[in-house]
Amino acid sequence: MFAQQIFNGLSIGMAYALVAVGYSLVFGILRLINFSHGSVYAFGAMMTLFFVSTRIGIIPAIIVSALLSGVVAALINKWTLEPLRLKNSSKIASLITTIGVSNVIQNMLIIVFGSQREAFPAFMDFGSVTIGNSLVIKSSQIVVFVVGLILLLVLTIIVNKTKFGLSMKAVQQNMRAASLMGIENNRVITITFFLGGVTAAIGGALLGGYYQIAYPMMGAMLGLKAFAASVLGGIGVLYGSVIGGLIVGVIESLAATYLGGTYRDLVAFLILIIVLIIRPNGIFGKKTTEKV
Amino acid sequence: MNKKKRIKFTSLTSKILITSLVLIVLVFPFLGFSSYIVRIAVMVMVYCMLALGLNILTGCTGQVSLGNAGFYAIGAYCAGILATKFNAGFMVCLIVAMIVTALSGLIIGIPTLRLKGSYLSIVTLGFGEIVRLIILNWESLTNGPLGVRNIPKPSFFGLTLTLNNGGMYFQAVILLSLIALVCYLVMNSKYGRTFNAIKEDELAANMMGINCAFYKTLAFVLSATISGIAGCFYAYVITYIEPNMFNFDTSIMILSIVILGGMGSIRGMLLGSLILVSFPEVFRFLNEYRFVIYGISLVVLMRYRPQGILGGRSSKPYPLPKALRERVDSLNSDVGTYE
Repeated sequence: MFAQQIFNGLSIGMAYALVAVGYSLVFGILRLINFSHGSVYAFGAMMTLFFVSTRIGIIPAIIVSALLSGVVAALINKWTLEPLRLKNSSKIASLITTIGVSNVIQNMLIIVFGSQREAFPAFMDFGSVTIGNSLVIKSSQIVVFVVGLILLLVLTIIVNKTKFGLSMKAVQQNMRAASLMGIENNRVITITFFLGGVTAAIGGALLGGYYQIAYPMMGAMLGLKAFAASVLGGIGVLYGSVIGGLIVGVIESLAATYLGGTYRDLVAFLILIIVLIIRPNGIFGKKTTEKV
Repeated sequence: MNKKKRIKFTSLTSKILITSLVLIVLVFPFLGFSSYIVRIAVMVMVYCMLALGLNILTGCTGQVSLGNAGFYAIGAYCAGILATKFNAGFMVCLIVAMIVTALSGLIIGIPTLRLKGSYLSIVTLGFGEIVRLIILNWESLTNGPLGVRNIPKPSFFGLTLTLNNGGMYFQAVILLSLIALVCYLVMNSKYGRTFNAIKEDELAANMMGINCAFYKTLAFVLSATISGIAGCFYAYVITYIEPNMFNFDTSIMILSIVILGGMGSIRGMLLGSLILVSFPEVFRFLNEYRFVIYGISLVVLMRYRPQGILGGRSSKPYPLPKALRERVDSLNSDVGTYE
């Protein structure tokens, strides 16, 4: 039972990590809680559903919707956040803007698709493996975990090994100095949003396939939880949000079995607050010193 | 000369405006509007109280709270449970709600000892969700997802206050005026100036010997108490409360009112809640599109007027005490003679 729940939690947690990474990347650069991210995740899942209905196959559908969500995320930055940065607006203005954008996306999805829950194709079900007496591992769990791991590895390589990753780090540390070194800040930030949108949409498709359900409001709670995961691991640190996502996933499924399903969502936030009080920058977060 | 005249003129118009506003507010329930309109007016005032509460925290102290719906929920449930299970009167409920929310504000203020900025907002976000989920799960006390039903209307001296006889409306007016008065007094006191100092630069405030953690916690307690009053009153207005009335969207709504109205301005809170609460009701014919328009208008507002409608720097001179002002003036004139 215990091992079963751990395993369930790990695979869901990997999907959380995919969404959490987007929060982490954006927060790392802009110090901004991007509340539109949850709705981009829902957008990705709903778009996948739409493209599946056009019979182009599930894998192309996921790829197209992921790219589309990436473009949407990039446009959110380009159209709404970049003008605010140009004007040197306060952070809270950007925060409210992302909330407004999330409102727009969510309600457009409701207008187009309706607010009811729709069945998502179970594209990852190939059967299950039974280990020992009771440990049942479904193929969908393995697929979610492996795809999530591969994507996060690719993202880690992009951030740590490529020139773009280097410029991202530069923008993170000092925007002005980075622009003096010939880095186009706004391009770097736009691409970061794009990457976040792509991973969130793939996370949406994976979780949609896992629970076999998708609806326009699916991003609201999950967005908050994924955000909690990224803060838990240390926001701005890539592997931190992966670990954070896994922790949230495992604790959630343990809480669901031992405390009851209704306590599922509560535990994630409780852990978040406790961790933040003990380690204000998250588990792997770096301590920042304030210069006067 | 000319300038003086203009100032006099504007103060006269503002006097006329304020007097007519007060008259409208007092006459409003007797104009024969349906109870639907009166209910919206009362809801505007409830959200105005909530916004005033958050304004102390976000507008004055600069701590962005994403969980004020939590305090609102605690206040509402205190009133709901006391009134239905123990037959307590309105004043008892109000006082208990204030005490409980103040304590919860104190609890959520403790992380401020170590956290600041975005991380503090995250803790408040978590707090708001935790409160909602606890209420949802603690079925023996709160009746879980079914909510608390049949909360009796408050009565004073045998007169039951309802939406129809306007009693509830005047109760809202009185509560709101008291809260606005308290906010005004706090914002113009030593505490208000300290809050402002923390908002402008926490590090500098710390260096000036201000105990930032204490004042931030104080701001949390004040904000929580005011939100608790609003919650207590809301429970009586709506007579039925359930946990999902106090979700993350409610916190965001309160924050949007504060930003829209203009942080730090009391009049702005009234205008902001008037706009944001009546907006979905006025544009009911747009169905789902009204929330799209709501989102777009938030984005547009933030782009072109990020300080809110009535926000911005106050044009009044810094209010030094009279004795101090005289000393500064004399010092200034001394410096003048030396040169």
